Amino acid sequence: MSPWRRRLLFGIPLALAAAGGEAFYVILRRMQSNDYDPHALPSQLIGKRPPAFSLSGAGGMQGFANTDLAAPPKPMLVNWFASWCVPCREEAPMLAKLAASGLTIWGIAYEDDAQALAQFLTQNGNPYQRLAADADGTTAINWGVYGVPETYFIDKAGIVRWRYAGALTDEVVATQLNPLLAKYS
Amino acid sequence: MRKLWLALALLPALALAQDMVTRDGVTLTPAQETQAEAIGDQLRCLVCQNESIEDSNAKLAGQLRGIIRQQVVQGVPDRDIMNYMVQRYGIFVLLKPPVSPLTWLLYAMPVLALLLGGAAFFLARRNAAPPAPLTEAERARLDELL
Repeated sequence: MSPWRRRLLFGIPLALAAAGGEAFYVILRRMQSNDYDPHALPSQLIGKRPPAFSLSGAGGMQGFANTDLAAPPKPMLVNWFASWCVPCREEAPMLAKLAASGLTIWGIAYEDDAQALAQFLTQNGNPYQRLAADADGTTAINWGVYGVPETYFIDKAGIVRWRYAGALTDEVVATQLNPLLAKYS
Repeated sequence: MRKLWLALALLPALALAQDMVTRDGVTLTPAQETQAEAIGDQLRCLVCQNESIEDSNAKLAGQLRGIIRQQVVQGVPDRDIMNYMVQRYGIFVLLKPPVSPLTWLLYAMPVLALLLGGAAFFLARRNAAPPAPLTEAERARLDELL
């Protein structure tokens, strides 16, 4: 066996293993910095309008239907949440901050109980301009919601441009939401 | 007598009713249940992601099982039921990914691996020199060992 071939036989598998290790390292680093979630799924609603629905109000607020989302005066968020959802509690301050900055947020309470919802809103604040109840989760299934919280960005043409599954953080707002707002405002 | 006839007439219906199964809030025949299970076995639970919706205890999986069973009872073709799920959750919901441009590499991998391995094997064979014959000393050592 020539020394050249010996070197290749040793070097190629080593290089492949090193490349694999580097890839794992990058993935783990990005997972740690909340930049990448391997469980996140692409939403099927991106580039489309939300499917037909009509939900009654919750927490003493006005509900809404898909037709109300057809042409919002400015880009807005639809936030799916529930009083029984722990990450939703963590997300509440961020939603409050976004609402205070003038962003329109409509909420949909997913499989929630009226009393628990009222308590949640008292404790965590109410960032929503409209709030609907999806008591049996049917509308959620039609939207492709697979957990709460989930946040959808809807542009002025009523098209869904972005879906984020999980609690909104400073980083998500800075790296994902703010560029969208700049682009679609 | 009249009552007896009525009871006799109702017997088959009663037997049929006993055969029905109820799962996830939908009542269906055993054949329909088998059909629904076959569909659910091919769908991924979005909450647990490594279980089928038939195996999963997640609430969403239960709701999706109910939807499958309702559609089976209504006579919706299996393909349309699968499409209903894919429309909402994407092809990730299918435990067996369909062949599409996105998955060509995945499905071509066994063939590619075989070709690459075969090429490496033949290249290695082609250039390999036959081993040098044993020297006298080596032969003597071999005889000693055996």
